[in-house]
Amino acid sequence: MEDCRDPLLIVDGLSVTFDTPRGAVAAVRDVGFTLGREKLGIVGESGSGKSQTGRALLGLLARNGRMSARQHSFDGVDLLRAGEAERRALLGRRISMILQDPKFSLNPVMTVGEQIVEAFRVHAGLSRREAHDRALAMLEAVRIREPRYVFDAWPHEISGGMGQRVMIAMMMVPEPDLIIADEPTSALDVTVQLQVLALLDDMLARRGASLIFISHDLNLVASFCDRVLVMYAGRVVETLGAAELHAARHPYTRGLLACQPRVDGDGADLPTLHRDPAWAR
Amino acid sequence: MNPAASIEVTGLQVAFGRGRRAFHAVRHAGFSVEAGGSFGLVGESGSGKTTVLRALAGVLPPTAEVRGRMRMHGEPLETVRPRALRRRMQMVFQDPYGSLHPRHTVDRILGEPARVHGLDSIGSRIGEALTGVGLDVSFRFRYPHQLSGGQRQRIAIARALIIEPDVVLLDEPTSALDVSVQAEILNLLQRLRRERALTFVLVSHDLAVVSHMAEALVVMRAGEVVEMLDVAALRTAAPQHPYTRRLLRASRGYDRAAASEF
Repeated sequence: MEDCRDPLLIVDGLSVTFDTPRGAVAAVRDVGFTLGREKLGIVGESGSGKSQTGRALLGLLARNGRMSARQHSFDGVDLLRAGEAERRALLGRRISMILQDPKFSLNPVMTVGEQIVEAFRVHAGLSRREAHDRALAMLEAVRIREPRYVFDAWPHEISGGMGQRVMIAMMMVPEPDLIIADEPTSALDVTVQLQVLALLDDMLARRGASLIFISHDLNLVASFCDRVLVMYAGRVVETLGAAELHAARHPYTRGLLACQPRVDGDGADLPTLHRDPAWAR
Repeated sequence: MNPAASIEVTGLQVAFGRGRRAFHAVRHAGFSVEAGGSFGLVGESGSGKTTVLRALAGVLPPTAEVRGRMRMHGEPLETVRPRALRRRMQMVFQDPYGSLHPRHTVDRILGEPARVHGLDSIGSRIGEALTGVGLDVSFRFRYPHQLSGGQRQRIAIARALIIEPDVVLLDEPTSALDVSVQAEILNLLQRLRRERALTFVLVSHDLAVVSHMAEALVVMRAGEVVEMLDVAALRTAAPQHPYTRRLLRASRGYDRAAASEF
């Protein structure tokens, strides 16, 4: 096995710009980080550029988007110099993405089981029969109580939590080294969210895979991840160890933490965030 | 003002459809809210919390079968309600993008309820409604798409308050907003409640929001109230029912050990 301390992903000077009728809009500006075998959270409010950062890593930008970077390498392969075919093969096989709403990520006219079977046939080249057995085993692995029932179900027949478990099962099929999850549990109830995250956590640990977890929920990310990048106006304004969240120094991070209501709060007016134009510079 | 309970719900049941295929969205719900109080309905999806709020507001679809008793200031809340009674209760919805007509100006959005209820001097009421929710009067001739999420929710609140209700029903009023905007809207709602002696019934999946906004709450699950408690009990983590305790634990963030117990 190779040296585990080698970073899996290196990003430096990543920028994403969208061409709009009213001129170019910079969504991500000069973002850089190094990812090891870890769970890295990217946190920010809407428009902070967190989702576009995640999408840019996979080259999944809208047609009017452009990305540039000084460095972008995955497991030693320089993605800026790699050809399109090499890049796609690498990204498709070794990086998976989980999005917020399983309703839009699953194919609505294909049963749940058929979709996992297809993933196994494409990624692992299995026969129909083997793929069928592995798909059922996968549904069991994500702790779906009646895998046979869910296998034959259509996406609209299953709940949000179940759908997200199915997505996790599918994303695990290619045995990726990196999973990019964009608000994977934001549409779920809190108790279900906890169960889905536990599942993801166990899967990552079993395969030694890394995670980039994109979310608006600072407390959730800090409790789940090892490290957190805080984004504001397209930039990373602060990087923190998850355990040091409450020692955050940047006024934006501190403001975000302070303005959240707390179960054990006193009901007094919440502090509001006063944005300093200098943060965006 | 009536010193007694502002809102009283007893033995509420709501079913959709009939016979064996009926879906019982609310199996049993009861609570009362003092005039000027703020009361929370907490639960996960499918708990029936929003259906209770919609039953109170009288906006359930006609196919819904409602049983039990609902009263406001002692007057029964029937399916068909006199206009004077309707005027005393207004609702603010979750999604500020979906609840404002995209092709109506703010002026029309705010003016319409005032006109429906036969109020006079509508122009000055619209101006006051805007400043009351912290928006400049220049917002009057804008369209919803020209506003941010927080501004839209302010307009939705202004629309509810323009006819001067005394009860406001809030359905997840901040769950579509960023936390920094949520703080502003929650502060605004609390200020309006104090200034206008409003009674709030607030539906939320977020225990922290309810703890911040309400004095008492019920926790609902699968159409039933599992526990009624004071916010003081919630803040000191003393809820009795295991489901409430589980919700509380889950709301604190990720905890691998807690997840195995669910």
